[in-house]
Amino acid sequence: MNVLAATPDAKALLDDMIVCPQCDAAYRMHKPQKGEVATCQRCHKVLIAPRRNAGLYIIAVALAVLFLIMGAAVFPFLTIDAAGNKNAVSILDAALAFSGGPMIFLSLATAALIIFVPLLRVLLILYVLIPVVLDKPAARYAIPAFRLSEDLRPWSMAEIFAIGCAVALVKVADLAQVGFGPAFWMFGILVVLVIAQDSFMCKWSVWYRLEHPKKS
Amino acid sequence: MVSMVSPGTPQKVVTARDMGIVACRLCTKAWPMGTEVCGRCGHAIQSRDPMSLQRVWAYWLVGLICYIPANTYPMLRTETLFQSDESTIIAGAVEIAHYGNYGIAAIILFASVVIPLSKFWAVAYLAVSVKNPMRVSNHRRQLLYEIVEYIGRWSMIDIFVVAILSALVQLKTLASINPGPASIFFALSVIFTMLSAQSFDSRMIWDAQAKKEDASQDD
Repeated sequence: MNVLAATPDAKALLDDMIVCPQCDAAYRMHKPQKGEVATCQRCHKVLIAPRRNAGLYIIAVALAVLFLIMGAAVFPFLTIDAAGNKNAVSILDAALAFSGGPMIFLSLATAALIIFVPLLRVLLILYVLIPVVLDKPAARYAIPAFRLSEDLRPWSMAEIFAIGCAVALVKVADLAQVGFGPAFWMFGILVVLVIAQDSFMCKWSVWYRLEHPKKS
Repeated sequence: MVSMVSPGTPQKVVTARDMGIVACRLCTKAWPMGTEVCGRCGHAIQSRDPMSLQRVWAYWLVGLICYIPANTYPMLRTETLFQSDESTIIAGAVEIAHYGNYGIAAIILFASVVIPLSKFWAVAYLAVSVKNPMRVSNHRRQLLYEIVEYIGRWSMIDIFVVAILSALVQLKTLASINPGPASIFFALSVIFTMLSAQSFDSRMIWDAQAKKEDASQDD
């Protein structure tokens, strides 16, 4: 029953539809007000969740995350002291701990998961959202940029690394004196901000705005 | 909460496939059946991915194969003043339990053994359930899928702990910790299980129900 493709107002009809990506249920679009949430009736996936000034918040948070990542990567992160033997490591040191032979791949993967992927996501989000929030036409390649940012979402593991720190601290606590460097606190704030950023972002609203850019 | 308005009767959910349209799973936009690339976001679209289960099983198997050496090889190599010591994941947890830290030992066993094994079971169960009718409701299976997708990334925590310990505990002759070969296999196992879960097309969970309902209406 492929009737939709042939009719002239098919495009308008399709534009008025939204399909749940999780269970394929099709709905006529009913755009929620700011602060409301539209969910799929069948599987209860959140489809649209717009918020007032969300774009501005996300940009502010993204800028903070950007500086925190750079700071957290280079400043000392943890220090250890046992019987006069001291050692201070940064997050980059931790990521590059796997050295020698095939372990180098693990180093690169760890560095990517905890620093470079979160960093790239922040840059992509800033690139896409700043023109949108300023009511300017969308940036060049904004659509592939936002798609890449969404594809990278599961591979951005800063918050997992933070919990990993807690576990590692427990493990060495009785072996040696462990101290926190400035990067540790930066990373703690960063984790909270990354989670806040993801919960503020309504993907559908971004796609909608990229599709219907304001002409200024 | 605002519910979406279904184009059909409110009781029965109409799927995009039933209406002859295909939807983008990234940006939820609808297109005529046969469209291959979403015009809004450029994501490749398919009404149902026929290769989905094959990819799920392929990644699943690689993940499982990698999980075996992850447990048999040592995860950490600890060198202290008088001894050097290599321990696998399970042996490490047992050793910690010997020192009396039962809580930490339980957390390690749970995170590195129970969760990965349950993940293998859950993905396999979901993949089997879309081919064979199961008693468990779709909502439950959807929930299971969401849990697997959410938990999957968290298994990486073991690798991060090893990375932090190996970088931090480098105290010349006094004590040093170095990663063992199990760490690379464990990381690969986590990555492949994540890919396996991502390849699973969750729309198939709901197709099975639709078929069952049609069948019961025919009776």
